[in-house]
Amino acid sequence: MATVTYQGASRIYPGTEKPAVDKLDLEIQDGEFLVLVGPSGCGKSTSLRMLAGLEDVDEGSILIDDKDVSNLPPKARDIAMVFQNYALYPHMTVYENMAFALKLRKTPKSEIDARVKEAAELLQLEDYLKRKPKALSGGQRQRVAMGRAIVRQPQVFLMDEPLSNLDAKLRVQTRSQIASLQKRLGVTTVYVTHDQVEAMTMGHRVAVMLDGLLQQCDTPRALYETPKNVFVAGFMGSPAMNIKTVPLTAEGAKFGDVTIPLTREQVEAAGVGDAKTVTVGIRPEHCKLGEHGIPIEVELVEELGSDAFVYGHAQLGNENGAERFVVRAGSGLLPQLGETVFVQPEVGKEHVFHAETGDRI
Amino acid sequence: MTTLTPMAGKPAAKGGKPETRRAKAKKRLTSRTASVIALIIAILWTTPTFGLLLSSFRPAEEIKTSGWWTFFANPSFTFDNYAEVLLSDSSAGRLGSYFINSLVITIPSVLFPVAFAAFAAYALSWIRFKGRDTLFIGIFALQVVPLQMALVPLLSFFSSNFALEDEGKFIQIWFAHTCFALPFAVFLLHNFMSELPGDVIEAARVDGANHGTIFRKVVLPLVTPALASLTIFQFLWVWNDLLVALVFGSGQDTSPMTVRLAELAGSRGEEWQRLTAGAFISIIVPLIVFLSLQRYFVRGLLAGSVKG
Repeated sequence: MATVTYQGASRIYPGTEKPAVDKLDLEIQDGEFLVLVGPSGCGKSTSLRMLAGLEDVDEGSILIDDKDVSNLPPKARDIAMVFQNYALYPHMTVYENMAFALKLRKTPKSEIDARVKEAAELLQLEDYLKRKPKALSGGQRQRVAMGRAIVRQPQVFLMDEPLSNLDAKLRVQTRSQIASLQKRLGVTTVYVTHDQVEAMTMGHRVAVMLDGLLQQCDTPRALYETPKNVFVAGFMGSPAMNIKTVPLTAEGAKFGDVTIPLTREQVEAAGVGDAKTVTVGIRPEHCKLGEHGIPIEVELVEELGSDAFVYGHAQLGNENGAERFVVRAGSGLLPQLGETVFVQPEVGKEHVFHAETGDRI
Repeated sequence: MTTLTPMAGKPAAKGGKPETRRAKAKKRLTSRTASVIALIIAILWTTPTFGLLLSSFRPAEEIKTSGWWTFFANPSFTFDNYAEVLLSDSSAGRLGSYFINSLVITIPSVLFPVAFAAFAAYALSWIRFKGRDTLFIGIFALQVVPLQMALVPLLSFFSSNFALEDEGKFIQIWFAHTCFALPFAVFLLHNFMSELPGDVIEAARVDGANHGTIFRKVVLPLVTPALASLTIFQFLWVWNDLLVALVFGSGQDTSPMTVRLAELAGSRGEEWQRLTAGAFISIIVPLIVFLSLQRYFVRGLLAGSVKG
């Protein structure tokens, strides 16, 4: 049980100018499940490894329970980590893998035994305790890696994309298992992933990173409803939001012949710095197909059973020519390829950003 | 193996899946033709050894007048050669004490370099410190220096500083063998150790292990095949070495069996029947070492550790 605090923590790899993690400020509550998410190379794994003590903290500091651990070795931090590729000890049995850390801490043998048995039961690994990792399936190996972390009863769990090597079905199943396990154990958890679905479904809060900078840290719902900038808006949600930069008029944003009305404050904020355009984001699920609206030439229809996504091109009257546009359609009558459909964005559900800075207006 | 692969380009006929290089190599090496070739090679290699064994039990006059295969037509059996080299008090005998010398020389001369090289290779692969790569390249480059270059400086270093006498010369020999073995041993073990997945080492660090524990509990068990092969090579090299032993350990007290074997045949090689028995005695130990270490040559030690 502990809180974790990043205070302006930076990591600059030797021989590079740009920090891999740039002055990260983040507070993680006791018992919270925080997900770090972002595209590859955004610094999310580096942030986690800094917390683990596997990377140096070049500037700022990291605190666990108000104790500065920036310069402590991993063994002094009381953390447990689950690695992306499991990193099991191949020459040890499942039991020995889980008991390794406890043995190093000279825990009494009876207690080691009890804790390993308990974790094995929790993870349904009782039958495999005597096996070596090579005799296990991918999902079982992943559970051993989890077990190795659980038996430690650490202050903080660190997980570095623990599901990325599992197949799709197992991933969904394990995802919910990890979330409920965390709830049951109540241990503060930092979880790194590049998958925004994992981030949305698992985290109490989600921190979105890009190029070493923290973009936004909030609950999944807040990220979905009020993304702070264009990057967060495009990253969270699947399929991604339609983000278009279109001409700005006094009434609103002009999508070709259709005008999406904006309030006077929004128009003023968008026009700061003589901007003649505005960036508007519309989620595919916040559109309706109708008789009139933005005309779209259909190129692809993805049917998912419960609903369908229509991909097409729209003429938005800006210099980019025809732009890609995605709309969710009900499972009813679907448009044909090559047909032109009309899209009506739901009023009030659009996201407006400044065309140059990308910040939310 | 790659030079013998006219079939390498062909996709697998059955199964539909393209075979991996490894699977292909395995298939070729376990095919019937390969087995037959291996068998022929084994016979070609073993026959002279077998002939030597037979000769060592034949009387001296017969060895010198007829080939060993005539033994089958005209069997005559004697332990004279063994008795002469092992027991007789003459200039030919007392191989036993030289045998002990060989063991006294070889065992430390194998254990020291293997142990030092393992420590060094671990430090060079998994401990970050300044100048690490330069140091490794330096050690690597030392391999090209011929052993003979170091004989004179090393000998004069010892004689001017320590002046070791009699049994003390064993120290000289151990030291020399360790020096000459280390560059290659460090290089070989470093290659193996640095190939271990970094995540496993990091997992051990997070689990609370320090470098000593990681070395003993994680790294050493995973490089046993490399340790075993290095031990065998170093053992054979030291056991069969004549040059280093003659230069650094001249004198009856410290001479190994190789020195004695060279003398056995007599100054003009006229007593070569003794060599048959002597050679056989000297083969035994390397054979035992090889057979007892070969079970550590296991493939797939890392299987199941990390994915991808």
